[in-house]
Amino acid sequence: MNENYIAEARNVVKIFGKNKSEAEKMMKKGLGKDEVYKKTGATVALWDINMKIKKKEIFVIIGLSGSGKSTMIRMFNQILKPTSGEIIVEGQNVEKLKGKELRNLRRKKISMVFQNFGLLTHRNVIDNVAYGLEVRGVPKKERLKEAEKFITMVGLEGLGDQQISSLSGGMKQRVGIARALLNSPDVLLMDEPFSALDPLVRKEMQFELLSIQRKLEKTIIFITHDINEAFKLGDRVAIMHDGVVVQSGTPEEMSTNPVNDYVREFIEGADMSMVLKVKNVMFTPLCMVRENVSAANAVREMRENQVSSAYAIAEDMTFLGIITLDNAIKARQEKLPLFSLLTKGIPVTGEEILLKDVMSKAVEAKFPIAVVGDRGKLKGIVSRASVLSSLS
Amino acid sequence: MNWDFLYKFPESLQIGSGEAIDIAVKAFSRNHRETLRMIKSVILSSINSVYYLLEVIPWALLILIVAYLGWKASKKKYVGLLFAGMLFFIGMAGLWSSMLETVSMVIVAVFISILLGFPIGILVAMSKRASAIIRPVLDLMQTMPAFVYLVPAVILFSPGKTPALIATTIYAIVPMIRMTNLGITHVDGEMVEAGSAFGSTKLQLLSKIQVPQAMPSIMAGINQTIMMAMSMVVTCALIGANGLGMEILLATNRVEMGKALMPGIAIVILAIILDRLTQGLIEKGVPAE
Repeated sequence: MNENYIAEARNVVKIFGKNKSEAEKMMKKGLGKDEVYKKTGATVALWDINMKIKKKEIFVIIGLSGSGKSTMIRMFNQILKPTSGEIIVEGQNVEKLKGKELRNLRRKKISMVFQNFGLLTHRNVIDNVAYGLEVRGVPKKERLKEAEKFITMVGLEGLGDQQISSLSGGMKQRVGIARALLNSPDVLLMDEPFSALDPLVRKEMQFELLSIQRKLEKTIIFITHDINEAFKLGDRVAIMHDGVVVQSGTPEEMSTNPVNDYVREFIEGADMSMVLKVKNVMFTPLCMVRENVSAANAVREMRENQVSSAYAIAEDMTFLGIITLDNAIKARQEKLPLFSLLTKGIPVTGEEILLKDVMSKAVEAKFPIAVVGDRGKLKGIVSRASVLSSLS
Repeated sequence: MNWDFLYKFPESLQIGSGEAIDIAVKAFSRNHRETLRMIKSVILSSINSVYYLLEVIPWALLILIVAYLGWKASKKKYVGLLFAGMLFFIGMAGLWSSMLETVSMVIVAVFISILLGFPIGILVAMSKRASAIIRPVLDLMQTMPAFVYLVPAVILFSPGKTPALIATTIYAIVPMIRMTNLGITHVDGEMVEAGSAFGSTKLQLLSKIQVPQAMPSIMAGINQTIMMAMSMVVTCALIGANGLGMEILLATNRVEMGKALMPGIAIVILAIILDRLTQGLIEKGVPAE
């Protein structure tokens, strides 16, 4: 197994109901799921799923309800067992684990955060957080001390002895996250953890999840039905539909190159400025002038291209500024060196910058923004029009 | 033409009215005399020890204890006073020791019901097969008229408190099993899933999540068990169980209405007190939502 991957699903199939093997045979023959259900009464929840999750990434599985995403995430900690196929976590075939070995996987390597929190309402906050250590038999004093640390980390300092019922939704999920982090697992499974929260709290929690992930460097498998959440959090995203993975890749790959209409439609709902980068919308300027060009040539070139300004670059493509048509004409008439009339202070940006971060600059700027790469080399330009049109 | 055969079930197809069962029960009682005698002595001695324990407490102290518990359970002082007054009335009616006898039988029957009913309820919740076997038996135990199993109990143990206690337990254990089962099966699925996801063993799931979450339902089961034991203990006077029921039975036989009414009221009082005290426990057991 590749060192970079911490968890993997190989040809995973999950069928609910009776006649599983028959249903599987029918599916292999290429029958549709509805047909298989009519003939055998078995529901095919997952069909031939392959996923590879890299160490320390946030891998988002997105899909509508019934797409099989919640079934899929439960394969990794074996709350559900696959009908066939392999689940590999840290090089170990976990679908073969039983009893104590399986418990050890769940106690030490992988933990889970639930949509409706799954907190034990008969316990207070700290005893909820300490649950994972309690079942491992860690003495009370030790586990409470450890739990206190994580309660503080998720911002609930001093609330350890509160009852669960007295907490707000956001606080409850913080308890859920603290409980999941306590086992210091390598992999964190999050099953729509923020779906039950209101939008403002959700944003806050997303932000905190990212900062926690940066601090602790966990691998996170995250489920959501919200494309914006997926693109905001995910290093890579897999879209599921009807029990199969339709497409997986980085948010950027997915939005620039959707494989089919389903993905395209799904992505339409997304706020593209969160996903697209400058390099996806930049273009080559129509008119560039080099250092040693004469003013007359510059004027001619601008007129030919019907533009009122040109991007001035050094011989090695370093971006210097903008020559306006007026200034070029002035330089020709007064026999001045062309570059002495350079307009400087043009806003610049990088290729890898997200559109949302250049949006305000692009809208306000008089000239299209220059995109520069290494050592200030001009790569292209981004205009107000190109930014706005890419978002619609 | 004689059409009688259409209206009379043919005698040749009748299997007799359970004589074979009579014979089998009698034979069982003969063959297992020693075992039965041992069971009888265990049951009798436990009822008696509870009775002596209650008898040792001075009546005034017992009234005070009940008043205090009533106050604590309801958080209202007048409830305690009311309970004290009602118990005092039983004493005034000359039924103090009959009451203690009834209460001691109820206590033992409820104790056995909890001891057996709680694990059986969990078993029914956990295993589909156990559920398939035990549920119909529970239906049978609840719908079969109680007198029917008074008789074999009498044959096996001879009249007295032992068959009474066994019949009472059979009758009263059902809600304990049902409510335990209900409580466990209704625990929020995500909570149980979370328990497994953090690597709980089955026993840890049960003791740390399912039973604590099922507590309100289990407490309601205990309450119901107590109420049913109360009603059955009284009926059991028919097979010679002393206590308030016996007082009623004797008075009824002699057509003494007043004498029958007094123990009747005493039973109502006991039922009210036991119900309210255990209700108070239920509310304490409810985990806050």
